[in-house]
Amino acid sequence: MSTELLSWSILLAQILLTLAMACAAYRLLRGPRAQDRVLGLDTLYVNATMLLLTFGIRTGSTLYFEAALIIALLGFVATAALAKFLMRGEVIE
Amino acid sequence: MTNAADLPAWAALPTALLLLLGAGLALTGSLGLLRLGSFYERIHAPTLGTTMGISCVLLASMLFFSVLQTRLVLHELLIAVLMAATTPVTLMLLARAALYRDRSEGCDEVPPPPPPLPSPPDLPGGSPQTQVSAKVIERT
Repeated sequence: MSTELLSWSILLAQILLTLAMACAAYRLLRGPRAQDRVLGLDTLYVNATMLLLTFGIRTGSTLYFEAALIIALLGFVATAALAKFLMRGEVIE
Repeated sequence: MTNAADLPAWAALPTALLLLLGAGLALTGSLGLLRLGSFYERIHAPTLGTTMGISCVLLASMLFFSVLQTRLVLHELLIAVLMAATTPVTLMLLARAALYRDRSEGCDEVPPPPPPLPSPPDLPGGSPQTQVSAKVIERT
């Protein structure tokens, strides 16, 4: 019974996270200005990290954790570089 | 590989609850990103997911793998520390960049830049910078 509960709640959590990623992707594609798009990209990265962790719980494998860690790390670098670009017009001066 | 069917009920229930709570918070934050009016309101919404949402999912993952492998699995703390350290930095940079862009375009909705600080009084004999520049001028 508890196994069924866990598998259904994992499925529901995956659906919720996919909806969250869809909202962020809409903001990424239709954002009125550039900073809205960068914010949408940042939210998309965080939601993708959570979705990968949920996949890891579903399959019982720790391989997904490393992919989630790399996505979190690259998301930070990408958002910081894009914010710097919006501020100064260049990334490396 | 281990399977979720081996998990006892006392661990499966908190894992399911934490997962649902984290995913629900992430969805709430993303809906706020979708629905709120201006950029400065929207930048607050996703922090629901990046703080509480991801910590709930990480707690669920730690609990699940610790019970499943009957040892302490703590490597999810890496992501937690990374998120806690990087989210304020990125959002502060982004908000500063947006404020700079709005100010340089003369937007009326953002406050004007603060007045410049009063310059410090000159030291006797001139500041070291003017001495250095005077030397450079003499050399050329």
